Amino acid sequence: MSDVYLQALLSGLMIGGVYALVAVGLTLIFGVMDIINFAHGEFLMFGMYAAFFASVLFGIDPYVTAVLALPAFFAVGWAIQGTLIKPVVGKSHAIQILLTLGLSLLLQALAQYLFSADFQSLKLDYADATLQIAGARIGWTRVAAFAISMGLCLALWLFLQRTDTGKALRACAEEHEGSLAVGIDLGRMYKIAFGLGIACVAIAGIAMTPFFYVAPVVGPKFTLVAFVIVVLGGLGNIPGAVAGALIVGVVESVGALVMPSPSLKDLAVYVLFILVLLFRPQGLFGGKGA
Amino acid sequence: MSMLAIRDLHSGYGDVPILHGFDLDIEERMIGAVVGANGAGKTTTMRAVAGILPTWRGEISLAGERIDGLTPRQRVEAGVVLVPEGRKLFPSMTVRENLELGSLHPRAKAARAQTLEQVFDIFPRLLEREGQKAGTLSGGEQQMCAIGRGLMSLPRLLMLDEPSLGLAPIIVQTIFDIVRRIREEGVTVLMVEQNVRHALALSDRAWVLEQGRVEFEGAGQEMLNDDRVRKAYLGM
Ligand SMILES: Nc1ncnc2c1ncn2[C@@H]1O[C@H](COP(=O)(O)OP(=O)(O)OP(=O)(O)O)[C@@H](O)[C@H]1O
Ligand SMILES: [Mg+2]
Repeated sequence: MSDVYLQALLSGLMIGGVYALVAVGLTLIFGVMDIINFAHGEFLMFGMYAAFFASVLFGIDPYVTAVLALPAFFAVGWAIQGTLIKPVVGKSHAIQILLTLGLSLLLQALAQYLFSADFQSLKLDYADATLQIAGARIGWTRVAAFAISMGLCLALWLFLQRTDTGKALRACAEEHEGSLAVGIDLGRMYKIAFGLGIACVAIAGIAMTPFFYVAPVVGPKFTLVAFVIVVLGGLGNIPGAVAGALIVGVVESVGALVMPSPSLKDLAVYVLFILVLLFRPQGLFGGKGA
Repeated sequence: MSMLAIRDLHSGYGDVPILHGFDLDIEERMIGAVVGANGAGKTTTMRAVAGILPTWRGEISLAGERIDGLTPRQRVEAGVVLVPEGRKLFPSMTVRENLELGSLHPRAKAARAQTLEQVFDIFPRLLEREGQKAGTLSGGEQQMCAIGRGLMSLPRLLMLDEPSLGLAPIIVQTIFDIVRRIREEGVTVLMVEQNVRHALALSDRAWVLEQGRVEFEGAGQEMLNDDRVRKAYLGM
C-alpha cells in the first residue's frame, strides 16, 4: 500500500471513531423512543464551544472539559427530553421531525447570537504532535479523539449489556407493553436514553476541538453523517453503528483521494448510503436489537 | 379480605370507553377465570389493573390497598403482575435476561438468585434454554418464559392473559398444571381464557364478561353446569 493510501486509511479510521460516538448516541435515542434527533449535531457544536471557551477563558484543557461534560450534558439531555421531546414521543414522525429540526435551527441561531458566526479554533501547544506509522503521520489529538470515542462506545455497550438499567433500555427499545408489564418506567428510560445520547455527541465534539474548527453551523454535517451511519449499521444497532462509522470514515477519506475533485469528497459516502438502501435496507448488520 | 377488589371499573382507549363499570372480587390463594367473547374487554380489564390503562372511574384495591392511582412500576412492586396476551417477551434478549427484567424493583432484585432457582425448578425447560434468545423459543417455551418473568417480581396476584393461546393440547395441560402449582405456592391467580371448559374446571371463581360488564359470576364448577355458559361458550 502506498503511503498516501495508508495515510487516508488511518485518518479515515480516526475520524470514523468520532463518528461512531456521534452515531451511537443517535441510534440509542432512535432505538429507545423511535425518534430521529435532527438536532443531534447541535449538541456536538455546543460541546465544542464548551471546550473552546473553557480553554480560552479559563485555561481548562479540552480533555478535562470532556470529563466534566459527561454529567453536564447528560443533565441537559435529561431536561430536554423531559420538557421538549416528551410530548412528541409516540406521535407521528412528521411532528417529531418538525420539532427536532426546529430545535436544530433554534440552537444554531442561539449559538450565533451568543458566540458570533465566526469560525474559530483552539491553539494548543500539543496540537502539532504526530505519531508516525510506517509512511503515515497521524496527529496525536486525532488518536486521542479516536481512543476517547471508542472507549465511550465500549463503556456504553457494556452498560447496556451488563446493568439492569441498560437491559431495561434495551427492553423498552424492543417491546413496549412487555416493558410496562414488568414495571419499567418508560418516561425515565426516555430521559436516560436522551441524556446518554446527548452526552455522547457532546463529548465527540469536545474530543475534536483540539484539531477541528468551531462554528454555529458545524452540526448538520455531523447529523447527516450519523444518520447515514445509523442506517448502514441497522437502526437501533449499537455495534452496527460503530462498524458503520469506521466504514464511513474510511470511505470518506479514501474517497477524497480517488474522486476527481476534492469537492466530491462526500459523494462516496452517499453513493454507499444509496447502495445500502437499495440492496440491504435493514442495514449491513440488521436492525434494532441485533 | 379480597386479594383483588374491583369496584365500578371504567376504562378504555383514548376517549373510547370499553369497560362500563363492574365489580370483581378474588380471594387470596384462589384461581379466578374471566371468560367472554372476543372484544368483551378481558384484556382491557387486565391492562387497567396493571396500570397500563388508566382507571377513569371506580376503584382497584390489592389486599385492601388502593392501587388505581399507582404507576405500572409501583403496582408491580405492590405485588400485581401481568403476563400479557401474546407473551410480549423481549425477543432479542436471552431467556435469562427476560427473567432478570422481571425482577427490577428492590425487593425482587434482592431475591433474584433464589427466585430464579425456583422458576427454573418450575420450568426446567427454561434452564436448558437459559442463553437462547426469547424470540427463538417455541410457543410453549415462550409462555413459560413469560410466566417465569411474571413470577420473578414476587407477585401476590399473577394475571395471565390467555396463557394457552396457540399451544398444543399437551402443552396447555402443562401450563394449567403449573397454574395450580403456582397457587399452591401462595400466589393468587387471575386468568383470562378462551379454553373455557378447562379454565372453569380449574377455577374457584369465574366471571363472564360481555361488552365491558360482568354478565354473571359464580364458582367455576357451577358455571360449567350453567345453561347460559354451556350454550354460549361450550357449544352444548
Ligand atoms: N389499543 C386499542 N385501541 C383502541 N381500541 C382497542 C385497543 N385494544 C382493544 N381495543 C378495543 O377494546 C375492545 C375490548 O378489547 P379487549 O382486547 O379487551 O378484548 P378481549 O376481551 O381481550 O378480546 P380477545 O378475546 O379477542 O382477546 C375491543 O372492541 C377492541 O377493539
Ligand atoms: Mg384479549
